[in-house]
Amino acid sequence: MTTASLSRWLMLGEWRSHYTQVGVTLIAIAIGVAMAYSIHLINTAAFNEFSAASKSLSGQADMQVRSRKSYFDESLYPWLAKQKGIAVANPVLELDVAVVGQQSTRNDQKLKILGIDMFRAAQISPDLLGLPEQGKILDRLASDTIFLSPAAMEWLQVKQGDDLHVYAGLHTLRLRVAGGLVRARAGQRLAVMDIGAMQWGFDQLGLLSRIELKLQPGVNHASFKTWLTEELGATYWLTEVADQELRVANMSRAYRINLNMLALVALFTGAFLVFSTQALSVIRRRQQFALLRVLGVTRAQLLRYVLTEGLFLGALGSVLGLSLGYLIAVMALQLLDGGLGSSFFPGVKPNIFFDPAAAVLFFGVGLCITLIGGIVPAMEAAYARPAPALRAGSGQTVVEKWSSPWPAVICLIAALLFTQLPPIFELPVLGYVAIALLLIGGIALMPRFTAGFFSLLTGRLHRCEMGAVSTLVLARLTNAPGQAAIALGGILASFSLMVAMAIMVMSFRVSIDHWLGQVLPADLYVRVATTGDQGGFQLKEQKVIAESIGFDRVDFFRTQQLTLDASRPDITLLARPIDHDDPRKTLPLTDDVIPPESLPEGIIPIWVSEAMVDLYKFRVGEKVVFPVGTAFHEFVVAGIWRDYGRQFGAVQMQLTDYQRLTGDMSVNTVALWLHDGMAMDTVIENLRQLSFGSALEISRSSDMRALSLKIFDRSFAVTYVLETVAVIIGLLGVGASFSAQTLARAKEFGMLRHVGMTRKQILIMLAAEGGLLTALGIVFGFVLGWSISLILIFVVNPQSFHWTMQLYLPWSWLMSIALMMLVSASLTALMAGRQAISGQVMRAVKEDG
Amino acid sequence: MLELMNVNKAYAESRKVLTNLCYTLESGAYVAIMGESGVGKSTLLNLIAGLDNPDSGEIRVNGVAISQLDDDAATQLRRKQFGFVFQAFHVLPHLTVHQNVALPLLLNNGSTDQVEQMLINVGLRGRGQHFSHQLSGGELQRVAIARALIHRPALVLADEPTGNLDPDTAHDILQLMRTEIKANGATGIIVTHSHAAAATADLVLNLTKDGLFLTQSEHRQ
Repeated sequence: MTTASLSRWLMLGEWRSHYTQVGVTLIAIAIGVAMAYSIHLINTAAFNEFSAASKSLSGQADMQVRSRKSYFDESLYPWLAKQKGIAVANPVLELDVAVVGQQSTRNDQKLKILGIDMFRAAQISPDLLGLPEQGKILDRLASDTIFLSPAAMEWLQVKQGDDLHVYAGLHTLRLRVAGGLVRARAGQRLAVMDIGAMQWGFDQLGLLSRIELKLQPGVNHASFKTWLTEELGATYWLTEVADQELRVANMSRAYRINLNMLALVALFTGAFLVFSTQALSVIRRRQQFALLRVLGVTRAQLLRYVLTEGLFLGALGSVLGLSLGYLIAVMALQLLDGGLGSSFFPGVKPNIFFDPAAAVLFFGVGLCITLIGGIVPAMEAAYARPAPALRAGSGQTVVEKWSSPWPAVICLIAALLFTQLPPIFELPVLGYVAIALLLIGGIALMPRFTAGFFSLLTGRLHRCEMGAVSTLVLARLTNAPGQAAIALGGILASFSLMVAMAIMVMSFRVSIDHWLGQVLPADLYVRVATTGDQGGFQLKEQKVIAESIGFDRVDFFRTQQLTLDASRPDITLLARPIDHDDPRKTLPLTDDVIPPESLPEGIIPIWVSEAMVDLYKFRVGEKVVFPVGTAFHEFVVAGIWRDYGRQFGAVQMQLTDYQRLTGDMSVNTVALWLHDGMAMDTVIENLRQLSFGSALEISRSSDMRALSLKIFDRSFAVTYVLETVAVIIGLLGVGASFSAQTLARAKEFGMLRHVGMTRKQILIMLAAEGGLLTALGIVFGFVLGWSISLILIFVVNPQSFHWTMQLYLPWSWLMSIALMMLVSASLTALMAGRQAISGQVMRAVKEDG
Repeated sequence: MLELMNVNKAYAESRKVLTNLCYTLESGAYVAIMGESGVGKSTLLNLIAGLDNPDSGEIRVNGVAISQLDDDAATQLRRKQFGFVFQAFHVLPHLTVHQNVALPLLLNNGSTDQVEQMLINVGLRGRGQHFSHQLSGGELQRVAIARALIHRPALVLADEPTGNLDPDTAHDILQLMRTEIKANGATGIIVTHSHAAAATADLVLNLTKDGLFLTQSEHRQ
């Protein structure tokens, strides 16, 4: 027999006696790990699938040539094909087209069509070749055929031989579904056509999206890349596979990491629960541990024992959490898409695979969280002096030691400093650290705050006549606030995080609503299904619309995608009429702006989104150079505007400037302001009657606002779920902590019953203690949550998504959460108390500890 | 066996408990220490057990200066050489009687075979699988005595072992304690207010603020 047997006996004995608390702690850890692991599995699966699908489009190409604009002239292709070192050059035209009957303003509802040269593609990306019917091999080269992936066929409800109608600018194109593809990934909606037929059919003559290159064997990639980059000049980007992966990763990185962080919040709340459960358990067993020390258990042995107890809980909870997380991930993908409601992974249908490395990682995270939660109580158990600890009632001295304000103050100061530091790898790592420190510091200050508040209250009330129950309640909260504050740790963490998230999400929503009002001032917006980089509405169609009856004002917009950095997603160039005298009337500008009268002469002004400042270092007043049309031009940054639609950057300029620089008179969007009294339905009907009316996407601004907010709510749906989970864990914590506390106070209740207090009075006392403490916790949690929301709004969001927002406090929502918390916590305290003062309590006075 | 050499202990300048205390106790003795409340009886036991340190002076147990040992060494010494009986029993509620008694053996990596015999010795035959809430006060103290003696310690310290028991049970427990301590060849020190308890000892010492004095012999019952 060894001390290991003793540890086993003690642990099993403790768990057997307090299985409810052990169960609740296990559940809390399991839920935290499950949420974090499932989010990770879903995000990783979606990202990997999306990345693999993107890579599959390039096949075995070594490099890709792209233009800074989305499309470039095909004259580059014959030049490239002749260069030494290149084995195969494969020209590709890629378009996202609208399908008749599937028209939508959402990009993920468009069909991606690749135009390829079958003979070249066979050498680089054979998977993309079409599979025509037997004996119809020439369908691959036909001008009216299209080959669809199985997912695209399923989505469009077509099969081999059916007709498919797609929009090509203002016209409709009829294509015959000639078959499937050699291979496509599950869920990948993809179509392939002959490149010549595609250029012709979609009016993209002479244009390419990219040229894929397969190098000859033995060619040094690095030196070849250097040489070709110089030859191509600044208009083109030469990228390798790794660059493309980085570009895909950059698209969703901030979203994925923020979601993971949010999932970890649930686990973090669990850490407070572990701390409070372990701390109260150590306080309750203080005499037992002292006895073990007297009998010859060393400090190290006791420390090891208490930590092992916590680690066993952590290990069990983590294993449960991993299994639960896997199940949640599988089920979530049945119900939601891979983007969990966001639009980062359109059309992707990933499969969840058990990832042992991630499982080990999250198991470790669960274990660490438990260890962090259990280390302070374990240290207390090991370093308590046995002789005083053997005496009953010494538990409070434990908590007094923990209530030193200095660690908390240091945490708060460090949190403040971290909010001032820049992002790391473009991620708000220090912002999250600041939030964690703020929470730890705030919660650590809770005992002092509680004692101070109730001491003040008792001082004020000491002349008033108070009954026994009120006297006992106030005395305990004033003189022994520490244990109670520990009980509140979990709920304080989850409540303050819920407040913070509610303020942040509502601030974001209100800001977006306000922003939509600014960016969608017109009554109607008319778009043509975009095909490539072309405007869609030529001068003729613009004239027809402008001369239609019923409009006060008609504005034309031209949008284009530009690549300023090959490793980042494209930015958007928006050319539109902007008020010359006061650009603020047109654009949602921040305060960082040059007044029109102070703009330098002879240089074109542009207004950039906040993301351009963060990602490309565009500063107000600076001159910048980038390509518009076929050449590079110099612009001055005249102001910064908020853009919640494009987190990778956007630039706005006057439409007249754009047309002067490019000669391109086409536009993509028309904004229409209706005459007073003009019926919206009549106007829409009139537009539909135009010769190109059927190809138009007509949207009411009110519908667009509603749709945008709906998308916003859907994107944040998963965050609401995670918030709720954090609160449930917090409430579980209150239940476990209160019941642990009432158990530890069994002797006190027994004595009170002996001196004549009724059960009802004790219950009232417990409910009042719980209610008062929770009310104070709610006030404190609100202040803490508000502070965290400031970090989320002014540090995390700008650093992650490159946008700022105005602060908005959703009072009614916050009051509802507070009330719900107050009622739940008081009821939980009451239930825990009811259990504690059952028949055993009278005996507790006589029993030893 | 036990040497107290000029032991001083004060909790504050105004509250000196032990002043220049000197005494030597022979091996195998069974002594009772009496005295007024607050005179330092329990403090003396804590100092002897190495649970507290004197402000000055030295305490030797079998030649080892326990007050000079660090915490781990003092713990090891306590584990092997000491047995304890408390007024409040301190029986771990989540362990069975058998497990409670076996604790010192486990800590010393010893076999637990003799636990059943010890339970029989203290009158707890067949109660090994019971928990503390299933026992009376006298039975709980029997468990504590069994636990104090199971690993054959050299010194057994008892602090008011019958303070929570009725006179008849107390009598039984005191007899049992004496018998078992003697049977084990251990030295026993019992701190008590009870003359009946003190009467079971070979020697009765009176602790005052001036020192530890042999009082008039008590008749063993």
